[in-house]
Amino acid sequence: MVVVNGNTKVIVQGMTGHQGAFHSGEMIKFGTKVIAGVSPGKSGTKVHGVDIYETVYDTLDMHPDASMISVPAPFIKDAAMEAIDNGIKLIYILTEHVPVQDTMEIVAEARRKNVFMIGPNSPGITVPGECKIGIMPNHIFRKGDIAIASRSGTLTYEIVKAVTDAGFGESTVIGLGGDPIIGTTFSDVIKIYNEDPATKKIILVGEIGGSEEEKAAAYIKEHVKKPVVGYITGRSAPPGKKMGHAGAIIEKGTGTADSKIKAFESAGIKVADYPDDIPKMLK
Amino acid sequence: MNLYEYMGKEIFKKYSIPVPDGYKIDRVTDLKQYEFPVAVKSQVLSGKRGKAGGIKFAKSGDELKQESEELLSSKINGLQVEALLIEKMLNIKKELYLSITLDRSSKAPIIIMSTEGGMDIESVPEDKIHKIVVDPLIGYSDYISREAAEFLELSGDLKKQFSPILSNLYNAFMGEDALLMEINPLIIDKTDNIIAGDSKVTIDDNALFRHKNLIIDDPEKTALENEASSKSFTFIEMGGHIGVIANGAGLTMATLDALTLHKLEPRNFLDLGGTDNIEIVEEAFSFVLRAKPEILFVNIFGGVTKADTVANGIVSSKKKFNIKEPIVVRLSGIHEEEGRKILMDNGIKAFSDMNSAISELAKMKGVE
Repeated sequence: MVVVNGNTKVIVQGMTGHQGAFHSGEMIKFGTKVIAGVSPGKSGTKVHGVDIYETVYDTLDMHPDASMISVPAPFIKDAAMEAIDNGIKLIYILTEHVPVQDTMEIVAEARRKNVFMIGPNSPGITVPGECKIGIMPNHIFRKGDIAIASRSGTLTYEIVKAVTDAGFGESTVIGLGGDPIIGTTFSDVIKIYNEDPATKKIILVGEIGGSEEEKAAAYIKEHVKKPVVGYITGRSAPPGKKMGHAGAIIEKGTGTADSKIKAFESAGIKVADYPDDIPKMLK
Repeated sequence: MNLYEYMGKEIFKKYSIPVPDGYKIDRVTDLKQYEFPVAVKSQVLSGKRGKAGGIKFAKSGDELKQESEELLSSKINGLQVEALLIEKMLNIKKELYLSITLDRSSKAPIIIMSTEGGMDIESVPEDKIHKIVVDPLIGYSDYISREAAEFLELSGDLKKQFSPILSNLYNAFMGEDALLMEINPLIIDKTDNIIAGDSKVTIDDNALFRHKNLIIDDPEKTALENEASSKSFTFIEMGGHIGVIANGAGLTMATLDALTLHKLEPRNFLDLGGTDNIEIVEEAFSFVLRAKPEILFVNIFGGVTKADTVANGIVSSKKKFNIKEPIVVRLSGIHEEEGRKILMDNGIKAFSDMNSAISELAKMKGVE
């Protein structure tokens, strides 16, 4: 278990929206303590029996630990700053298409206030048997000792399901997000997984763009004794083209799949060619 | 989105960054009588434009007309020249490099400068480059200009001219939601004026809602890609034969990778996104079909997107568009069994895992 547990109290900013309502319902089914929703103009209403408030400030009596933020991209900066400035120590941003300069400012403020930030454009964090904050499908998980970190959504579910179907289970799964600037990166998460007693093996699902996989590989080489399996997507992506994830772009020859695969291999990380191959590489 | 030089220079002007006198034309009849000599610059989004013959010079009206006609009917590095920027020639004394971009590692804007302007910054030695990271919450302060001017060996009046250029470039970068603003070269002319010789500007697509004046068709996308983008699909054309529809950018990329490793060439990237709507599936098919693939491959991991909804969308698309090309489907996740049954009942091959589906495609293409 890392960052969150069965006692983590979660508020949802944007809970009355289509996505917010659906996914908070799924989170409640998973066992997450969703204590309040925040939707300006909707206070006094309820979603899944949970009270909706006007502001984050109005929920502070209940001592929330974390906020899931699911409001439209133009309002993300305001919502995230509201959560941070009200002292929430974990924020997770689901929304995609957030302007990167807004993200930059949120990240800087989160750092300054010592806030753990996941996303944007992320499927969230799941600790099976304890807590899920985000949109990962409930049925694919089984409690176990494999930690997964990934920059994508659907591909993460694919890999979690393959791991579960092969008879393994997960300790923590974090979707970091597909944007060029994100709160928590591979180099942050690898340290956390390395120190987590519930995690015995680690899967890193990287993709083209940036240099976070390379940095994580360097850390693993120096400090990590737990077995790590890697997968890198975007090998066939043409340079300069954004393949959906704004973060997945090969710029001027940097951030290529080859460089990441080489960095993984030189750190002793086994690299899978296909997502389906990952479970057998854990044995 | 990358902007043409003339568009970047319009932004520079708006933020009081000096640019050469000039104007943009789309056709020769728009040429104006002007002070000569002038530079005739092809507006194409490609590096090494000068070396490829995309920049000419003219000393008279006749020369200008002739050079313009030639450039407007030519291709530079494979790109058709659609517009020219006609600019007053500068008498260059020195060329500097100045840019602001996003530093993914420090998660902040970074100012990059060099005394070696006019060439590709990648080929400039590290000790000739200076970088300053700006804290986005503190923003710009004049000490940054002083530090930069010192590195660029600017003093006296040149330093006075340079300071507002850099602070204005920072304001332009933040104000226009840029991912990159590059001036290469930043020219010092023989009368000691500092002028932006070129512009390279990339705007964050996700921030275009704040810059409605910049909403144009992305010059680097095909017509079909731009149309798909207006319908909120990420659709990218590639060279191969297998039309691809998958859900989630990561899974779609993984699908293209798996096809390529099997020596199967994808025709496109299309991310269906998180939808549970048959009509969106049909719309996705309409784009992929217009790219004329030989075989269609649908790879879905059901979550928010239910597998049976996609199956119904595939069946209805097949009827609606009278699809003759073979369709191979992989359906997994929520409602996968219902989904595969719907497809089988309609004579469409459906698999539960990606590797089996791709093996089937390989068999069909005879590459196995």
